[in-house]
Amino acid sequence: MISSKHINKKFGRLKVLMDVTTDCNENECIALIGPNGSGKTTLIKSILGMVVPDSGTITVNGQNISKSYRYREQIGYMPQIGRYPDNMTIGHIFDMMIDLRRKEGKVLDEALMEGFALKSMFDKRMRTLSGGTRQKVSAALAFLFDPQALILDEPTAGLDPISSEILKEKILEEKAKGKLIIITSHILSELDDLVTHVIYMQGGKLQFKKEIEALREETGFYKLSKAIASLVTTNS
Amino acid sequence: MRKITKYVIIDILKNKIVIGYTFLLLVLSFSVLSLEDNSAKAVLTLLNIILIMVPLVNILFASVYVYNSAEFMELMASQPLKRKQIWFSVYLGLSISLSIAFLLGVGVPVLLYAASITGYTLILVGLLLSLIFVSIAMFAVVRIRDKAKGIGMAILLWLYFALLFDGLVLFILFQFEDYPLEKAMVALSLLNPVDIGRIMVLIKTDASMLMGYTGAIFRNFFGATNGQLITSLVLLAWIIIPFWLSSIKFRKKDL
Repeated sequence: MISSKHINKKFGRLKVLMDVTTDCNENECIALIGPNGSGKTTLIKSILGMVVPDSGTITVNGQNISKSYRYREQIGYMPQIGRYPDNMTIGHIFDMMIDLRRKEGKVLDEALMEGFALKSMFDKRMRTLSGGTRQKVSAALAFLFDPQALILDEPTAGLDPISSEILKEKILEEKAKGKLIIITSHILSELDDLVTHVIYMQGGKLQFKKEIEALREETGFYKLSKAIASLVTTNS
Repeated sequence: MRKITKYVIIDILKNKIVIGYTFLLLVLSFSVLSLEDNSAKAVLTLLNIILIMVPLVNILFASVYVYNSAEFMELMASQPLKRKQIWFSVYLGLSISLSIAFLLGVGVPVLLYAASITGYTLILVGLLLSLIFVSIAMFAVVRIRDKAKGIGMAILLWLYFALLFDGLVLFILFQFEDYPLEKAMVALSLLNPVDIGRIMVLIKTDASMLMGYTGAIFRNFFGATNGQLITSLVLLAWIIIPFWLSSIKFRKKDL
């Protein structure tokens, strides 16, 4: 569904993405992992068109994204740091997004909005919110329009354990519907029972994309964190 | 696109600085217009205030606003919306709300106290300058990531258009005073929207009679239909070109 071919991106002299080629399809729940600064967020932002690659093509449902913008209707994105206009309230943000994005006849998926009890905070201004509450807003927005693909950048960072459990349940639910889900996270233990595939990036290069079962067999570890650690140490 | 513009306008109209700007213009206009018996003279005084204030407030407010709405634009860019549309909506929102502020602050008093052709020209000039300086602000801001640098750039640009350019023109005038420069002066003044605005209002007043030979040339050019057509086109170009260049840049910008 989302595929990238030979993506290169430089920020000044720093090469952030080097020849990244990958395919992500429906029914996959992908963990995008790698050390800090390995290009995960840049790759995600390239898919969303927020960062324009220097070379290479990205297609979503076969459509080249450099000439299109409508493909973003199919993607729900939860940013790593949700940044919102300071003087809007939570309610305003939701009203605005619904106003901008809602399709005729489509039902909104308000499960997370209710799960996080955001409605009771609708008149709070974004400036006054804690990091965790912002994350909740981001998460609720990503799931709100029932998109085909979900891209979650560090979804549980800053969430309290209960909320993070609610979010995980929701991810599992969407996964069961056969959606493509891409998650980046540094907390590998919480990915164990979620993901079906692993993409590992390092220094701007995509090292491998593997099914989690294959990875477990290859390394002999069930835990993702141990499996990755053993692979990385044997590689280097 | 209309929806994004709507949200930008709502956001700006609530802004205290825009409300303050409106009130300041209102107080200035009313005091100038009611202190002076001769309405033409009052309009000229008001013109001098507007030619300094409107460019300054518009270029500064627009550039600060664009920096402060970086989050908003980032959020919009991750939604199914065109980059071009987002940028144009921000421009529209800024120019519409700042134009409303100008119309309330200067338009209403002028219509009440000095409803003459000079007065109408003054309102038109103020509106055009608002649109032009928002456009110039977006041109300056889109290529500078650092907020402090960007705002510094906006102030420099204002200084150039409001003061430095006239100094430069005077310098050229004195250096080449032995040559007939009248036509060249007309061409030079087209390079600065503030000067075009000043001339547009001045030639509508009796004061233009007192400006000597150059004044006559200006009157001939800016007063004639052809000249008016050219000045309108030039002012339009001052609105469109900086914005268009900034829009091209924004389409490829990493957010």
